[in-house]
Amino acid sequence: MKVTGAQAVIECLKKENVEVVFGYPGGAVLTLYDELYLSDFPHILPKHEQGAIHAADGYARATGKVGVCIATSGPGATNLITGIATAYMDSIPIVIITGQVAVSLIGRDSFQEADIRGITTPITKHNYFIKDAKDLPKAMKEAFYIARTGRPGPVLVDISKNVFAAELEFEYPETINLRGYRPVYDGDPEAIDAVYSELLKAEKPLFFVGGGVTLSDTSDIMRKIVAYSGIPTVTSLMGLGCIAEDDPNYFGMIGMHGTYAGNLSTTETDLLIGLGVRFDDRVTGLLNEFADKAKIIHFDIDAAEVNKNVRSHIKVIGNLQWSLDKLYAKMTERPSSEWTGQFRPWRDKMTAWMNEKPLVYNTDSERILPQAVIEKISEITQGNAVIVTDVGQHQMWTAQFYQFKQPRAFLTSGGLGTMGYGLPAAMGAQVGVSGKKVICICGDGGFMMSCQELMAIADLNLPLKIIILNNSYLGMVAQWQRTFYNQHYAHSCIKTKTDFVKLSEAMGVPAIRLEKKEELKTVLEKVIASEGPFLVDIRIPEDEDVLPMVPSGARLDQMIMGG
Amino acid sequence: MKHTLAVLVENKPGVLTHISGLISRRAFNIESIAAGYTEEPDMTRITIVVEADDEYVLEQVVNQLSKLIDVIKIIDLTGQDRVHRELALIKVTATPETRADILNIVEIFRAHVVDVNKETVIVQLTGEERKIDAMCELLEDYGIREIVRTGRIAICRGPVSAKEV
Repeated sequence: MKVTGAQAVIECLKKENVEVVFGYPGGAVLTLYDELYLSDFPHILPKHEQGAIHAADGYARATGKVGVCIATSGPGATNLITGIATAYMDSIPIVIITGQVAVSLIGRDSFQEADIRGITTPITKHNYFIKDAKDLPKAMKEAFYIARTGRPGPVLVDISKNVFAAELEFEYPETINLRGYRPVYDGDPEAIDAVYSELLKAEKPLFFVGGGVTLSDTSDIMRKIVAYSGIPTVTSLMGLGCIAEDDPNYFGMIGMHGTYAGNLSTTETDLLIGLGVRFDDRVTGLLNEFADKAKIIHFDIDAAEVNKNVRSHIKVIGNLQWSLDKLYAKMTERPSSEWTGQFRPWRDKMTAWMNEKPLVYNTDSERILPQAVIEKISEITQGNAVIVTDVGQHQMWTAQFYQFKQPRAFLTSGGLGTMGYGLPAAMGAQVGVSGKKVICICGDGGFMMSCQELMAIADLNLPLKIIILNNSYLGMVAQWQRTFYNQHYAHSCIKTKTDFVKLSEAMGVPAIRLEKKEELKTVLEKVIASEGPFLVDIRIPEDEDVLPMVPSGARLDQMIMGG
Repeated sequence: MKHTLAVLVENKPGVLTHISGLISRRAFNIESIAAGYTEEPDMTRITIVVEADDEYVLEQVVNQLSKLIDVIKIIDLTGQDRVHRELALIKVTATPETRADILNIVEIFRAHVVDVNKETVIVQLTGEERKIDAMCELLEDYGIREIVRTGRIAICRGPVSAKEV
């Protein structure tokens, strides 16, 4: 079949069952956009390319499918960078299509020319530059395959403008042949046996669950193992929702703002089993003393993650679907009661820690406290909403106080910590899971970084709810300045004459300001039950801290406690 | 400890940039990197000499490089029975008075003079790094104007090729 390059791109998207693309047109992709127009392909237009890439990311996180994003050459492509890096750090599958100047203009500093392949090399799983139309189908096939298999990640395909108009004989490859890319699925069964024998010996084992469990959709089998064995479980920020918050074996998130019980358990455990985690510095605290009484077992699909930060005694490389199935089968050789009996004293100890110092805040405050907002949203949605956050204090309060029940219900920029992520990512998530309640929680700082997307949300009439926890400060920056920089609030005060309610209304999203504590429940109930988009600007105190807090570089049991 | 890695990669534009970029981003210490065509037209072989304090650093280098889609295979040649060589071209000041002495040194090292003029000679030497270092040290007395070295390339002895290991 003879087609143009632009038609070929659309055909590839159809072959990959892409439902929608997030993009922004421009010179180098005009031919492609003409074809999107002619084929009536579903396309969402954010108001900034950064919005497009975050939206594709939110769509991918919420649905588990590959997100697709399109931008033009030069500034269009460079506006994607932060979003690509965000997705790369959190292993989110996205295929990014960028236009490039025509082949004849390459390398001449032409209008809107940028070496996007060079620029994105360290922040993509792989990338392509297509200057010959005949290479297009193979590259697209590989791009989708690489993005979603193995450890997922963003893949960029940069296509010269003339390629979109050039003709080619279209045939979508049936198979993939990449000599240098064979993602592991099955690992070494002996490693599972080794894990089993360590578990038999352990007194204080601890499951540490990360984003890899979400990405591999293995929360169910992981929960089975936990329920069967009674092994206490903690999560990273990215692992929230993989196990229900009310599970008696669950002891919360660990790390800089982790729970008392969770953080303390890492210093006491004798067998720490990491499942799809990176051992990020925000989680480990002082690396040399992280879990220093424990043997460490690391389950991961990416061999390069093992021994990168924390040294492992046993590595289990492979897809968690393979390894956790195998582990569960092996563990059921021994009765459940024997496992739970073996670990009961340890679990009881952790439960005692949890009861001794739970996550608390001042419920007597006359003001609306952010923690109360999160708790209320959690109650109203019964932990079943898809929660999307920006980055900062509100993100940590959400992680601490929302009672997550399911994976893919907490979408947040964990690795890169990207302010401005929340609103566009929530938009993408809502497009992907139209039947679900999606709530975006952001701070007043991060909100302003991508507030232009209110326009897109209004025009699409997405039923997204936006909650701004507004303390007139870059809250997390201010918290650090309060704690470590002698209360020098250097440029973290963002008190403004801007009226967020009017701003929102001007962009087409109805909004309300909320200051009175007694109105919190009724307003939130009404807003969450409403049909279209809605924004609530909630005024919270300036000086509320996220606690507990482990100072940067301290051991995890060195927590500044609250309450 | 120094490790010699043979990295077989797809012969595509941008691969060498990708590899050298990854190495610098992850702060690995690289002594040398040398790339060239191989017996297969679609494959390039890169020899990397990396300084690794312990096995974990080496493991990270190998694992991180292996993740690149265009990297087909990595072989650590360090413990193996192998031949490794480097090529150097050295431009040395050579006056009528000193030229004979320089030629003498060239002879001893089994090097070659590949260019000569009134003021200088260019010496070509192949060998292990130590040998090149030793000759440079001797030639320094006469005034070295320019040195260019290829970095190490290495190959295993015996009939088996790296891609079959």
